[in-house]
Amino acid sequence: MPHSASRGDASAETDNSSLVELFAGYTISATFWLVFATFVAIVLAYKFGAPDFGGGAWLTFGRLRPIHTNATFYGWASIALVGLAYYVAARSCRTQLYSIRLGWIGLWLFNIAAALGTIALDLGYNSGDLEYREWPWPVRLVFVAALVVTAVNLLATVARRSTDDIYLSNWYTMGGVLWTIIIATVGVLPWYQYGLGQVAVSGYYMHNAVGMWFTPLALGIFYYALPKLLSRPIYSYALGILAFWTNLVFYPIIGSHHFLFSPLPWWLQTIAIVFSVAMLVPVLGGSANFLLTMRGRFGEMMHSYPLAFIFIGVVGYLVGSTQGTVEAFRSLQEVWHLTSFTVGHSHLTMYGFVTFAIWGGIYALLPAATEKHAGRLGMALHFWLAVVGSFIYVIAMSIGGTIQGLDWVQGKPFIQSVIDIGPFYVWRGVGGILMFLSHIVFAWNVWRMTVGPSATPVAVTSPATMEAA
Amino acid sequence: MKKLLLIAGGSTLVYFVLAMLMAVLPGLTLSRTPPGPNVKPLAAVEAEGREVYVANGCSYCHTQQVRPLAEDAAFGRPSTAGDFVYQTPELLGSERTGPDLTNVAKRRGSAIWQYIHLYNPRAVVPESIMPSFAWMFRVVDKAPAGVTAVPLPKGFAPASGVVIPSHEAEVLVTYLMSLKQAPLPGGKTAAQPAAASPQPEHAAQAPAAAGHAPAGGADIAHGKQLVDDNCAACHQADGSGLAGTFPPLKGNAVVNAADATEHMHVVLFGLEGKAIDGVKYESPMPAWGDQFSDKDIADIIDYERSSWGNHGKPVTAADVAAVRAKGAGK
Repeated sequence: MPHSASRGDASAETDNSSLVELFAGYTISATFWLVFATFVAIVLAYKFGAPDFGGGAWLTFGRLRPIHTNATFYGWASIALVGLAYYVAARSCRTQLYSIRLGWIGLWLFNIAAALGTIALDLGYNSGDLEYREWPWPVRLVFVAALVVTAVNLLATVARRSTDDIYLSNWYTMGGVLWTIIIATVGVLPWYQYGLGQVAVSGYYMHNAVGMWFTPLALGIFYYALPKLLSRPIYSYALGILAFWTNLVFYPIIGSHHFLFSPLPWWLQTIAIVFSVAMLVPVLGGSANFLLTMRGRFGEMMHSYPLAFIFIGVVGYLVGSTQGTVEAFRSLQEVWHLTSFTVGHSHLTMYGFVTFAIWGGIYALLPAATEKHAGRLGMALHFWLAVVGSFIYVIAMSIGGTIQGLDWVQGKPFIQSVIDIGPFYVWRGVGGILMFLSHIVFAWNVWRMTVGPSATPVAVTSPATMEAA
Repeated sequence: MKKLLLIAGGSTLVYFVLAMLMAVLPGLTLSRTPPGPNVKPLAAVEAEGREVYVANGCSYCHTQQVRPLAEDAAFGRPSTAGDFVYQTPELLGSERTGPDLTNVAKRRGSAIWQYIHLYNPRAVVPESIMPSFAWMFRVVDKAPAGVTAVPLPKGFAPASGVVIPSHEAEVLVTYLMSLKQAPLPGGKTAAQPAAASPQPEHAAQAPAAAGHAPAGGADIAHGKQLVDDNCAACHQADGSGLAGTFPPLKGNAVVNAADATEHMHVVLFGLEGKAIDGVKYESPMPAWGDQFSDKDIADIIDYERSSWGNHGKPVTAADVAAVRAKGAGK
């Protein structure tokens, strides 16, 4: 049953170039949105220290903030992950992608949605400040259309596989796309979303749009890229399946932990806390599986940046998700709820986990596909700027948010919490600038791996080569 | 094909059921929550202001939910399910970079203050990091008839001309000034059902009980806390007020008068249209009586009477209770 997902199958070669183009197209698109979204983020971070900077409606904080989050979610992460999912599906199923054309149509739809959504938000067409579903509903329907196209393409690809088994990665990617069609549809229909009813839907939506979309797709990358980089099967295929089903059953239940102490029914909040603890099963199971796959070979990160990116992604998954469980306890929510601690948590997960997973996947798979390489220096710069930057970011927001929460608990005048977190906003900006610089380097690396001049190949991804050397 | 059906179809079916159970069914049920006592739909102009609030993402920094926790008491009574009936889209929010606005019309009960604050928050709250919404205002040579120019302090006013609000600013301020919690029958403090509270001892406390010192005697530290959080927005933390707009407390005749009755009366019941130390003020002083206990008001008054060079005689909670009992008409 273990499947090393090794490449080199001849069947894919004929259709190789169009798949590679598609993969490159998704990656380039996504990279554009990453740079755009995080440039907006720098402007936002700067405003915390200079609130009069960027006056005027179009640059006001409350319009740029959802532009940042939505462009990150639906521009960067969604597009990058779907590109990877296509490539992984075709390769792991040892077949051709069902339709290259549908792939391109989906990419256009994703981009149209992200562009229209960004413009709408900047013009003040915000659908209720409801987090991660701020785009006007027609724009969100374009995104749903992109998901449907993607689901059809992925399923049809898996259906025509030449392998007997369906490799685990595809469980996660197909599931993620199918579930997210439900999430997006539930989020857009109006009939059960009045007053407190909408609060219940918001809790569900804002949580599931992250954890049933980005998480499964990013995990799908781990399950494919890690064995590939190490030329060694995943430690336990069965553990991966256990994590799949437990994640599916536990995760959708925990959304209401975003509204602890709200007037939502107490049972809805309590059940969310209970299953937040249950999430330790898939999280610890999944993380252990990845780390055990790497057992005895951690040193290879010294030579392989793709492996290092994935390792950080796995650690981000483990730490970020465990932190999520801990945060769900009422006793800790009393301090952390509504503070910037949550901002730290969301960056630890969406950045430390999802974004690093994507980078690891791209560096592991794209050069092999295009036969063009990012230079070692480029990858090193990207890696260290991103790691150090996000470390500073998360630590600053965690400490600052805790101080904020403690100020409130002590009953200090509210403005004191604004003053006390001030220095940490500055540190967040410092981390953010390093992160943004890393994205510029990443964009340069993507250029070299796709349309630009390739660097000399860095033959570090295969341990066989290293042993020979 | 069977494998694909099991994995993709099976998991999607499971997910569909869970989405129904966790989102759609609770959504359906809770959408039918009956309105709480005294909870009314928004007037058309308030609803329009709410749209401006949404369009500019106010709820990314301001919540509109008061939790049954002592730390939230400053923002009002704990929110109840019935409070949200007419609130679609919901604006509970997820972050408090700025304060909760559930009750802002009571806590900052002056439209003039709201206009100044919106134009440039730092004109009234020097440490504020809220964006300036100056783009919702226009600078004109002279305010047209029926429109009041925003009384900006020096350093924030334009070099020439006066600042008047645009329609956007007007409806937004109208909305903000409508944000006050509906009183619950049986008192100002809404204790949530015991089962619905993680800390019943908190939920049952009066809103202003946070950080309370033992009863008896003036608690100046507590008074300062309350003044900084509630009064300083207009009267400023150093008691100097805003010349011509909000009266100073420093050197104020009422604050320094031997008989504190009027001081207590103004804090309890508010004041409007009366000249203070010879100056007439546009902005009304809101009434604080229903937000604070007698002890809180005594602490506030004692802090004001002993700070910034003031030398007023201190009062006790019993004094405040006596003034309160006589009622607004004296």
